[in-house]
Amino acid sequence: MKEPDHSQQPAEGTPTPPRVFERGTEWLRGQGDASDVVLSSRVRVARNLAGFPFMTTASRTDRSQILDLCRRRLLGVPVGESRRVLWVDLHTASHDERDLLVERQLISRNHAKGKLSNGAGGADEPRGVAVVLPDERVSVMVNEEDHLRMQSIRSGLALDECLADIDGIDDELEKGLDFAFHPRFGYLTACPTNVGTGLRLSVMLHLPGLKLTGELEKASRAAHDMGLAVRGFYGEGSEAAGEFYQVSNQTTLGKSDALLLKEMSFEIIPRLVGYERHARQKLLGERRESTHDAVARALGTLRYARMLRSAEAMDLLGMVRLGVIGGLITDVSLEQVHALLLATQPAHLSRAVRRDLTPQERRGARAGLCRERLGGS
Amino acid sequence: MRCERCEREATIHEVIIHKGEKRERHLCEQCAGKAGLSADPHLPIAQLISGFMLGPNNPKPAEGKPVAPPTARTVARCAGCGTTYTAFKESGLLGCPACYDAFCERLGPLIERAHEGACHHVGKFPRRALRDCRSLGDRDRVEVLLGSAREREERLESLRKALAKAVRDEDYERAAMLRDELNRVSDLLQDTRES
Repeated sequence: MKEPDHSQQPAEGTPTPPRVFERGTEWLRGQGDASDVVLSSRVRVARNLAGFPFMTTASRTDRSQILDLCRRRLLGVPVGESRRVLWVDLHTASHDERDLLVERQLISRNHAKGKLSNGAGGADEPRGVAVVLPDERVSVMVNEEDHLRMQSIRSGLALDECLADIDGIDDELEKGLDFAFHPRFGYLTACPTNVGTGLRLSVMLHLPGLKLTGELEKASRAAHDMGLAVRGFYGEGSEAAGEFYQVSNQTTLGKSDALLLKEMSFEIIPRLVGYERHARQKLLGERRESTHDAVARALGTLRYARMLRSAEAMDLLGMVRLGVIGGLITDVSLEQVHALLLATQPAHLSRAVRRDLTPQERRGARAGLCRERLGGS
Repeated sequence: MRCERCEREATIHEVIIHKGEKRERHLCEQCAGKAGLSADPHLPIAQLISGFMLGPNNPKPAEGKPVAPPTARTVARCAGCGTTYTAFKESGLLGCPACYDAFCERLGPLIERAHEGACHHVGKFPRRALRDCRSLGDRDRVEVLLGSAREREERLESLRKALAKAVRDEDYERAAMLRDELNRVSDLLQDTRES
């Protein structure tokens, strides 16, 4: 992983300073509107360069040229005082470094592997990512399914601010790059499901209330009826662990950015948040004792277990999060829970001990970390 | 006119000119089917599209010979990158920006279905690129970005109609969005006329 110097130019061959990606990320701050239910908001935009084929048919030379053009442009984007752009060449980065970026939600799993959604490609395909430090709010993947995929991710319900971030980056990049655009279909993308605005608005919802009251199916159906896609913690193809669900718009053509934002921010997401809050009221009212028992057992396991699998840790942390927000757990903070959501992921555990871990060692290290951070023994 | 093989009404009429000689066949649907002539009204259109997508190098059938049904060799292919429509159907991914025009006829309905019936982009466009081609007087590039003058006028007209319908349906959010889009497209057209 290479880090640019202060003039935002990549310093070839410089090893990553240990402090990069060691602090918490902005999207896990646990603050912002509706942050009791909305863990984070994300806006992603897809763009392709005019004059180049899409990734499906691009030659290695095309990919290298696209990468070079985009990297130069990205490293020149003004990002404000005391912030800087970190560029990572993913085809030369180590497996662990790529996984670290996935866990921090800065790149997709497919981008880490260098694979397209049709399974083509491989780890040495020329590709990269630009990350704006220190908050890691904005990142831009180059040579994913589309030439450019820009995202802004923030804590709580903040789709409007995310959209403003992305709009700014898009305008800056467009000053020096020609994007493929069609008078009828708008911004052209490799997959026609992204064509038009190329805009995907997502929120990560924490829905333990709906799960425990057995109303999750109903809410999920309502989300589908409102034209949303519902996915797991790490997006497409991932499992929903800890009752964290990513929901996003499916249509990108025929609706302006402003209308889509309004629908998501003021109608659809508040409705889902309302369902969850209503379910939590029930849990903290008529079912308070059994809820208290469940969240306390989760905390007990995290404090005393010797081995924890990744999905199990997520489930337990999800329950503890419910307990902290509901006032049933008072000696653990939301920040502690959120920090563990990230620190217990496989690549973060390996990085913490600075060596590769076997699955069994990882389960032990995960349990050890939870005990240490949550005051267990 | 009666079918030349039975007493039913002839609905399929085939005219073949062979070596300067005109031969006609008039058949009912059943007899036409037996004679290997298709009564499927969509077939000629499908052939037309595949012919169109093969581009100008596609050899036209010689006059007088009936159009051959599509075979495995008749493949819709993008002239820009060589991607076939079959390859797109298998992977879900297009090969290059030109694929959108190459496969427009088939992609259009598919895109409409995927986007809740929408068939036209609304919203942001590459403003700097448009400004550049205007200042350079590059009308071709303006058309690549905004469509031909006729297409732009049609777009305005369809927006006006959609706006009127949204107002009639009391769908005020959609009406507000369409009004903004109408203003935006009108401004663009104004700018284009001035350039």
